Amino acid sequence: MQSREFAPHEILLPVKPAFIAFTLVAALIVNLLPWSGWPLALKPDFVALALLYWCIQQPRKVGFASAWLLGLMMDVADGSLFGQHALAYSVLAFAGIVLHRRVLMFTMRDQILHVIPLLLVNDLIVLAIRKIAGADFPGFSYFAGSLIAGVLWPSLCFLFKLPQRPTPDPDDV
Amino acid sequence: MEYTPPPFFKRGPAPLTRLLFCSLLSVALLIADARYHYLDGIRQVAAVIIYPLQRLAGAPGAMFGRIGEFFVTQSALRTENARLMEKDLQNSAALQKYQALAAENVHLRELLAARQRSPESTITAEVLYTGRDPFARRVVIDKGRQHDIRAGQPVLDQIGVIGQVTRVYPWLAEVTLITDKEQAVPVQNVRNGLRAVLGGTGSDGHLELKFIPLNADFQNGDQLVTSGLDGVYPSGLPVAVVSNVERNAAYLFARILCTPLAGVASHAQVLVLNWANKAPPQPSDQEKSQRPKKPRRGS
Repeated sequence: MQSREFAPHEILLPVKPAFIAFTLVAALIVNLLPWSGWPLALKPDFVALALLYWCIQQPRKVGFASAWLLGLMMDVADGSLFGQHALAYSVLAFAGIVLHRRVLMFTMRDQILHVIPLLLVNDLIVLAIRKIAGADFPGFSYFAGSLIAGVLWPSLCFLFKLPQRPTPDPDDV
Repeated sequence: MEYTPPPFFKRGPAPLTRLLFCSLLSVALLIADARYHYLDGIRQVAAVIIYPLQRLAGAPGAMFGRIGEFFVTQSALRTENARLMEKDLQNSAALQKYQALAAENVHLRELLAARQRSPESTITAEVLYTGRDPFARRVVIDKGRQHDIRAGQPVLDQIGVIGQVTRVYPWLAEVTLITDKEQAVPVQNVRNGLRAVLGGTGSDGHLELKFIPLNADFQNGDQLVTSGLDGVYPSGLPVAVVSNVERNAAYLFARILCTPLAGVASHAQVLVLNWANKAPPQPSDQEKSQRPKKPRRGS
């Protein structure tokens, strides 16, 4: 897994804030796609995934304010209780910011083992809030999205790092 | 990595402080929303902000649908047209009979001095997507307050009741399906007129009749229609059919499972029923408390 592309200490160009905003809005749009049936049951929370990525990669640029506001957006779009995603995403951002030095030290496989529990905690917070509000447990397929999100983590890292890679100089020998 | 020197000494509050602040704010919002329903205004504003994103997300699907429609073969269209013509003919015959019956019904109700049924009108809407909240059974339709949709209106498809409008946004509305755990429909058995309350179970394709005594006459295959007692659904709309009756003397009530008639989980076009319920107002709590109380034992 530890190829040169995914080496932890790769030298990258500085990230553009516009690109961060673009990826977060894109993740929100993907979440808002008209999913139904079994894809809906297996759908990872792309906003949580993108948010976690940026909190780990750029903890000084993406943090609680964006997490909280994105959470509110998701609550409105889902028609769920106001503040449940906001709370869950805030905790996710906290975990990402606190763990960012640690996670980046690991290889991709071990990063996934960090990402999946964090996303499961995110799910558990939403579940706990809804349980308190009186809903039923929707079954264990509820957690499937987070496991799939963990599988998507390497490709997400690759995609989100593309604009930061310096273009190879053709004159370079 | 960074071209500007990092602001070492101006990092703002510690992450834990920020987390506590955000959590407290979220919990305050949760309590204000779940307990007191204060936040409908904020929800409306946020819904307007997010509406373009929702339309953008739905655009590719809608475009594919339209492109697919464009490439329908002529023979398919002709077959469909012939089928629709035939159906229209059958329906118009039924409609003539219905008009005669409706006129007769009005006349009979006048003779009996019974209350006239209120006229109904419908708004056609399209289901945009199923609700993403895994804890509730909802769909979102493409008509909202701008199209005169109000919370509480019943929603049907061509076969029967699918749910009720529960939240209205400017251009969208949320319909809670009858399979939602917190949704209840007052129904009546067509075969013998027994009334009951039909509740959702939270899973697609299953409904449950609540609080039915063990000896009540419900059988497999019984049709259930709305009884119109709650003033939300007009009477006589098909809702469900009884699929499984389980009478276990160990429990207080019979366990009666039903299957919804309408395609609750699969529908593209729905009708929102606009009807004025002219039932007399419910007695207020004050009037209730003025009733003579039963003398308590021992007093």
